[in-house]
Amino acid sequence: MSATVPTLPPAQAEALAASYDAATATRRLRGLAVAVVVAGLMLFAGWFAEVRPAAFANIANFSDYLAKTIPSISAQTPRADIVAWYWDLKTWSRLLGETLLMAYLGTLLGAIGGFALCFLASANLVRNPVLRFAVRRYLEFCRTVPDVVFALIFVFAFGLGPVPGVLALAIHTTGALGKLFAEVVENIDMKPVEGLTATGATWMQRVRFGVLPQVLSNFASYGLLRFEINVRGAGVLGFVGAGGIGQEFLTAIRNFYYTDVSAILLMIIATVITIDLVTERIRHRLLSLDQRP
Amino acid sequence: MLVIDGLTCRFGSKAAVSDVNLEIGQGAFIGVIGRSGAGKSTLLRMVNRLQDSSAGRILFEGSDVTALKGRELRLWRARAAMIFQQFNLVGRLDVLTNVLMGRLSTMAGWRAMSKSWSQEDKAVALSALEQFDIANLAAQRADSLSGGQQQRVAIARALVQEPRLILADEPIASLDPRNTKVVMDALLRINKHFGITVMCNLHSLELARTYCDRLVGMAGGKVVFDGAPSALTPAVARDLYGLEAGEVMDLEAPVAAGGHAPAALPATAAPPR
Ligand SMILES: Nc1ncnc2c1ncn2[C@@H]1O[C@H](COP(=O)(O)OP(=O)(O)O)[C@@H](O)[C@H]1O
Ligand SMILES: [Mg+2]
Repeated sequence: MSATVPTLPPAQAEALAASYDAATATRRLRGLAVAVVVAGLMLFAGWFAEVRPAAFANIANFSDYLAKTIPSISAQTPRADIVAWYWDLKTWSRLLGETLLMAYLGTLLGAIGGFALCFLASANLVRNPVLRFAVRRYLEFCRTVPDVVFALIFVFAFGLGPVPGVLALAIHTTGALGKLFAEVVENIDMKPVEGLTATGATWMQRVRFGVLPQVLSNFASYGLLRFEINVRGAGVLGFVGAGGIGQEFLTAIRNFYYTDVSAILLMIIATVITIDLVTERIRHRLLSLDQRP
Repeated sequence: MLVIDGLTCRFGSKAAVSDVNLEIGQGAFIGVIGRSGAGKSTLLRMVNRLQDSSAGRILFEGSDVTALKGRELRLWRARAAMIFQQFNLVGRLDVLTNVLMGRLSTMAGWRAMSKSWSQEDKAVALSALEQFDIANLAAQRADSLSGGQQQRVAIARALVQEPRLILADEPIASLDPRNTKVVMDALLRINKHFGITVMCNLHSLELARTYCDRLVGMAGGKVVFDGAPSALTPAVARDLYGLEAGEVMDLEAPVAAGGHAPAALPATAAPPR
């Protein structure tokens, strides 16, 4: 027995333990119920969507396709073969650059939108439930409609090219970042904000000086994460004619230009990995900045 | 003159403060005492309007504070500066910016948003810090300071609001004995020097006796004692704190009581920040 804690009489100890168990029983039961529901839903989803292991029997088709995309590079003329493989490097690079710019612009515009709206969606800053509800539903709408769907609509409205792609990414990003930002804002320490309220600060001043210093590094981190996601997203938008490398990639697949498929795909993968590595490093730096006492 | 008239605050069905009536003259140093949960914080927060009252009125120099809205309300809050147990500074901003927060209600909107403080505001803030010997810390992040230093920054912030009234909610409960004295002395100096009314929630009877010229004792949301510190007899203190007479004697004169061993845990243990 510990020397610094007195030993309780057994009857009292039992009573305390029992009341603790009773108090936590519902919590444990709830946890179990959640686990059961999740497992059940997973089985149901698999059954309903006909995700059957039998479909994997066609795995051979997949490997055949992959095999065809491997270019023939001989040991004698490797340079020439690679140059031949990347015969249209200039166009692909330009399109890949366009994809990156689309992702950048889309993320930036979306982050501005999300930033402007997140404070209005935060329960600790906005008392008016109607306003909060409206902003939250608007953000929900922005992010539940997939960006490809927005892109398709904008292509019909504005024609082919990167503009519909940027708009689609911006709207989707507004919804996604607005929600994440609002979550960050709702988790801040309210004591500094209360301190400002007590001095007679306006709502804007409270947000500027009480909230912003606490959330900025987190916002930047989420913004960069979204940029990573949008680089991948922007690649696909070309499928519907909304600019970037996607259009070229789809053409290669449709026309069975096997080696073009692998060439473009490798370029995309290399770009995405590079961007992920760089932004990840920046994000960790931002967050460790945060941990400072 | 601050008049509190039938002030009540209910949370659900429970009255945290019920029917409090007080008249407080300008320049008084009032100690609000009572055990935790008595409603002391709620009372102070209602005066600053951080907490809305359920019934009753607060009058300051004849005008009804409970009815204020918008800009008028913000100006009142600046007049009734609040000091908190946990300081409530913005930890990630530097010390001077924290003090300048006390000037927000009087400066142009664009100035605040772009942090382009006027030279005058800066000078006022620095001299407020200098009174407490911490102007040299102006550029440091507030959360890098010790508790005592942070509370002095908070008092400087309150002072640059040019308040008529300071509401201090257990300002020393997170501080060690030495900083306790520094902070209480600072409040007393403000009170005597500028004639600012101070209303201060305190846990320690001894401190309340030393610094205040009038004590308001609360229990269960009601005022159960209102008078000079000398009128606070052990019997009243026992009622206030719900303690045995012997323990009250200990509270007042730990040495004289003798023999009666203090509780196992040190009474001054500050809660972790
Ligand atoms: N925001 C709140 N919601 C519900 N109950 C509260 C709230 N604030 C305080 N109370 C209750 O009001 C009573 C008085 O609290 P408080 O004024 O903080 O007391 P004190 O400062 O004297 O310790 C307590 O019982 C407390 O639980
Ligand atoms: Mg309290």
